[in-house]
Amino acid sequence: MGSFSIFPPRASVGAAEVDALYAFLLLVGCGMTALIFACVCFFAIKYRRRSADDRPKAIHGSVPLEIAWSVIPFLIMLVMFGWGTRLYFQNYTPPRRGTLDIYVTGKQWMWKVQYPDGQREINELHVPTGRAVKLTLASEDVIHSFYIPAFRLKHDVVPGSYQTFWFEPTKPGRYHIFCAEYCGTNHSRMIGWVTVMDPARYATWLAGGGTGETMAALGEKVFEQYGCVTCHVMDRQGRCPSLRDVFGKPVQLSDGRTVLADEPYIRESILNPNAKIVKGYHPNVMPVFQGQIAEEPLLQLIVYIKSLSAPSGAPSTSQEVSK
Amino acid sequence: MSTTLPHPDLGVQTNYLTADYGWKSWLFTTDHKRIALLYLFSITAFFFVGGAFAVMMRINLLSPNGVFAHDTYNKLFTMHGVIMVFFFLVPSIPATLGNFLIPPMIGARDLAFPRINLLSWYIYIAGGVLALSAIVRGGVDTGWTFYAPFSSTYSNTHVILAAMGVFVAGFSSILTGLNFIITIHTMRAPGMYWSRLPLFVWGHYATALIQVLATPVLAITLFLLGLERVLHTGIFDPNLGGDPVLFQHLFWFYSHPAVYIMILPGMAVMSELIACFSRKAIFGYGFVAFSSVAIAVLGFLVWGHHLFVAGQSMYASMVFSFISFLVAVPSAIKVFNWTATMYQGSISYETPMLYAFGFIGLFTIGGLTGLFLATMAIDVHVTDTYFVIAHFHYVMVGGMVMAYLGGIHFWFPKISGRLYPESWAKFAALVIFVGFNLTFFPQFILGYLGMPRRYATYAEEFHVLNVMSTAGASILGFGYLIPMIYLAWAWRYGPKSPQNPWHAKGLEWEQSPTPPPTFNFIEPPIVTEPAYNYAGSDKEASLG
Repeated sequence: MGSFSIFPPRASVGAAEVDALYAFLLLVGCGMTALIFACVCFFAIKYRRRSADDRPKAIHGSVPLEIAWSVIPFLIMLVMFGWGTRLYFQNYTPPRRGTLDIYVTGKQWMWKVQYPDGQREINELHVPTGRAVKLTLASEDVIHSFYIPAFRLKHDVVPGSYQTFWFEPTKPGRYHIFCAEYCGTNHSRMIGWVTVMDPARYATWLAGGGTGETMAALGEKVFEQYGCVTCHVMDRQGRCPSLRDVFGKPVQLSDGRTVLADEPYIRESILNPNAKIVKGYHPNVMPVFQGQIAEEPLLQLIVYIKSLSAPSGAPSTSQEVSK
Repeated sequence: MSTTLPHPDLGVQTNYLTADYGWKSWLFTTDHKRIALLYLFSITAFFFVGGAFAVMMRINLLSPNGVFAHDTYNKLFTMHGVIMVFFFLVPSIPATLGNFLIPPMIGARDLAFPRINLLSWYIYIAGGVLALSAIVRGGVDTGWTFYAPFSSTYSNTHVILAAMGVFVAGFSSILTGLNFIITIHTMRAPGMYWSRLPLFVWGHYATALIQVLATPVLAITLFLLGLERVLHTGIFDPNLGGDPVLFQHLFWFYSHPAVYIMILPGMAVMSELIACFSRKAIFGYGFVAFSSVAIAVLGFLVWGHHLFVAGQSMYASMVFSFISFLVAVPSAIKVFNWTATMYQGSISYETPMLYAFGFIGLFTIGGLTGLFLATMAIDVHVTDTYFVIAHFHYVMVGGMVMAYLGGIHFWFPKISGRLYPESWAKFAALVIFVGFNLTFFPQFILGYLGMPRRYATYAEEFHVLNVMSTAGASILGFGYLIPMIYLAWAWRYGPKSPQNPWHAKGLEWEQSPTPPPTFNFIEPPIVTEPAYNYAGSDKEASLG
């Protein structure tokens, strides 16, 4: 079994602080438990019944004590709340730019991973150390949850939406990927490995694997296959907005709002085009693709549209991805 | 001479058990005490059905590769959860001890609506039959949480039948809650002011509020789920334009308050046990009473802490996290007050008090680990792992079941008119305490190490801790069988109990005969002193 630890391997930038916070909570928890246990045991022994006629005097309470044992625990809890919330925002908000973007699709019962350069894997994820990695998570069927204990992170993968998941690996090694949201028969077999490599070895791995086309090239084929190209004419005004230099930029809508053209926005605009109409265009021009296109080609399409904007290092999105 | 004439009924009077005989006298009774016993036998049966599923789960987890087929295991944990939550924990203390004790504790002859009380038992049984028929016909595999779209679209098991069972049983819970609220408001004896109510009654009042306000939301949610499954209405399934996370919001809007339905009655029992076996008035009576109501109210505002990783807005998560910490304060107040009650008391160690000690210890651990889960950055790592399993079993089994067993032992003489064998009972309490900790403590460690819940098979490194847990479960299972045996024996052969074997305070012990007659009292009771007046002082406890 090797040496026993209450901590799983620690392999990302955020993991150490999660463990520190956990240690703080353990300390407070053990302290409180010890206090209560000590009082109960002490009272139980010291004030044990000595005679059947014992009639101890009533003590009806003490307001200062009540205030003390409400306020002091509450103040300690405020520290937990503040620390936990700060760390949650930090661990759940990817950097605005410079992330390595990888696309993960969950389906019963496997994880399908696509890299922008064209590699594809099942139940395996390869990432370099020292680089912020951003995963866009999609589900083809039910809710799954992408969980890497070594990074102390999980995020549900919710069908019908994109969720983002980011981390910066620090230590080379192979770590578990688990599905943490019950998803049917082989839920416990929906597991995989994340392989963290140092950047040089990662580059070698990347060069060795990619015989296929890049995601953007695949996406361009999807773009033609679904006939998008007939209306979304590039570089000039067609019946629909040009898609060049759209991704990552603000978009003016016909109802006066402005939204950021990020992955969830592009996804919605493909599947349900009438939800948000770009200023100057009409609803009901574009067909609804809800249910017409699978998650993986959809991701390729989005990477293609992304590639039409500023080249590498394109700003990636950072906002939360609830709808 | 005439003043010394004995009471005409004394000695030969009948009690509720001997008032009538035959199966009709039980199945058509409107006596709250008999209905409480109907519930007692039915929830005990469900407890052992749910427990049998747990035993099979623990057998499966003895080996990393499992013993049963995956689908079988998935059905086992689903049925364990459904049966234990909806057919044991939710009705457990309120429908048995609450039903039996609230009227005599407040000086009433019965609940406000005796026939509705009987109806609620029949509804509970109808729901139970539906759920059991789902098991017999092949089971359900959605988890007790019925998450969409798995439950609405993908599962091909008997989801509708099980959901109908839970839906129907919910009405039983609503009716019981309604009955309690109205009874407590309108049927208190002269002198039984709100400030003199036993804390058992306060706890049940808070529970009843949640039952009445939250359970309809569960009914609506399950109804929508059924509609989605049969008619493909597109409320939860994204392929039909629905939102799967909406289901979670609706489900937890009931199910988080329901957690408090499952623990407040346990806390209610605790206050009675600690006061009696310390021979002291409860320290901070008003704070303990109002903390129940505070938990009931705040409990409605924390459901979003089940969705920290579900893609809910991070700012919404922040608010839910904060309120989740807030709800910990009234729970802490209770634990501190129970501990302080023992200060300078006269403490004896009969079985109910042993369960009370167990409750304080295990509930403290269960409550404190709840803080870990309210802390968002920790929750991201441990939610949906065994850490959560351990946490809520410490609260539900370590808390509620300990309180339930403590209460059953405490009021067993009242209910049966007999005394149970004290040394066997102490032995069983010890076995249960040891077995419980060995079963569930390793699961905290498993959870932080990253073992997800609902796994039929698991990685090799989790093996040792799982074997420990299964070993504990076999001790725990054995521990639960012992009280079954000696209580059944004592019911028939135990020595007759005196009127008030514990010298406890409270109308149900002091003014109602043991076992009580059908209408609980021979003379209408009048209350002239505060609750828990063990010292015999004239000073009133204050609510404020």
